[in-house]
Amino acid sequence: MSKKKKKRLTPTQQQYQQYAKQREPKRPVFLNCVRAFLVGGLICTLGQGLQWIFMTYFGFDEMTAGNPTSAVLIIISVLLTGLGVYDHIAQWAGAGTIIPVTGFANTMASAAIEHRSEGYVLGVGGNMFKISGPVITYGVFFAFVVSLIKIMIKELGGM
Amino acid sequence: MLKGHQTWVFKNKPVILATSAVGGPFESKGTLAEDFDILHKDMWLGQDSFEKAEKKLLEEACEVVLEKAGIKKEDINVFLSGDLLNQIISSSFTARTLAVPYIGLFGACSSSMEGLSVGSLLIESKAADYVLAATSSHNAAAEKQFRYPTEYGAQKPPTAQWTVTGAGAAVLARDGEGPRVTCATIGRVIDMGISDPFNMGAAMAPAAVDTIQAHFRDLERDPSYYDVIATGDLGSVGFEICGDLLAKHGLDIPEEIFTDCGIMIYKDDQPVLAGASGCGCSATVTYGHFMRRMREGQLKRLLIVATGALLSPMSYQQKESIPSIAHAVSIEM
Repeated sequence: MSKKKKKRLTPTQQQYQQYAKQREPKRPVFLNCVRAFLVGGLICTLGQGLQWIFMTYFGFDEMTAGNPTSAVLIIISVLLTGLGVYDHIAQWAGAGTIIPVTGFANTMASAAIEHRSEGYVLGVGGNMFKISGPVITYGVFFAFVVSLIKIMIKELGGM
Repeated sequence: MLKGHQTWVFKNKPVILATSAVGGPFESKGTLAEDFDILHKDMWLGQDSFEKAEKKLLEEACEVVLEKAGIKKEDINVFLSGDLLNQIISSSFTARTLAVPYIGLFGACSSSMEGLSVGSLLIESKAADYVLAATSSHNAAAEKQFRYPTEYGAQKPPTAQWTVTGAGAAVLARDGEGPRVTCATIGRVIDMGISDPFNMGAAMAPAAVDTIQAHFRDLERDPSYYDVIATGDLGSVGFEICGDLLAKHGLDIPEEIFTDCGIMIYKDDQPVLAGASGCGCSATVTYGHFMRRMREGQLKRLLIVATGALLSPMSYQQKESIPSIAHAVSIEM
């Protein structure tokens, strides 16, 4: 908890926070890490296999095979989301299914499905990026910052 | 009438003529499935949105209870209802269908007992001959509003709770056969600074403790007076804290009579983490399970302490803590 927030709380409240914290069942962090490693690794291996297939049988090279590979993973993820399976896998796998491209597809597909009842424009269109929006916003922003730094270092003769 | 600081004692003891409970697919796999009047296999109830499905749940609960009580909807003088959706739309839209005088309530998950206590007061003061008190919640509609889309793959912590898809309703009258509401303790809003919406049990436990203490202090009663004392939806985390806090304050409730609706409703192998929550939790367990046991003579004196977390999706994003409330209603046969 941040210091600012702690200041707002009375001593009794702070005492209760500690009291409640002790009674909270702990998140199984180590187990979650192992599961995330296994599932995340599995998804990446699948991706690697797909890339190999696209390179061997469809004439893509190492650079261009990335696009159809992610497309296939995204389609699988969206399908599993639509069929209502993805969230159950994710409760077990945690970060393993959130971090790869499949997680990003899931955030968009789940929000789109959820808000279908409010119509295609305000519902689906307006809410599709509800969860993934911050990733895009800060992804683009930090890419900009990093490239600025790179250019500066280059100009100063660093590279 | 008023006893102590916050307890209403009803001299005429309003009668609960009939009660009903309607549930969804997840509830039909739970421990108390047999206590529901209607169980739906479909989360959507044949509607095209979760919000409409919740309205349908509430409408059905009202329909069933009126039929069981043997009265027409025109006989209802006041319909009291509350739910979790913004601007309590499920309640107001059901009131539109019923077309009876209506007062909307909001006490989050404590709405069930809020309705029952206010309804009893209206009967007691002769402001109404028949009162219909109801409440509902829908898992997917609540998740959509308060948390993430239902199909979104975020891992929930072990303190998270599962919102009940269900609705419960009760018809109150001045005379008749059935369990009677003898007193009600209206709770204060308690906020102990918990701000994690995935740990509402811990946020609500102090409110339950405060109301339970007030109840026994106002009535100068001992917990052993009751056959069962049940909290609304604290779940396993909150319920444990509640028991510990009560013991710390010198109020020992025997373990065998103390329980929580949020722990009772689902089986251990259902993936609900800390237990159930939502308006429908205390409503369906009380109106379905406990009322059946009272009518069968297994229970004589019951105290329901419905707990509610009064947060909004916006308030916790703005880093506000979760204010909580609990209302206790004593029902005797």
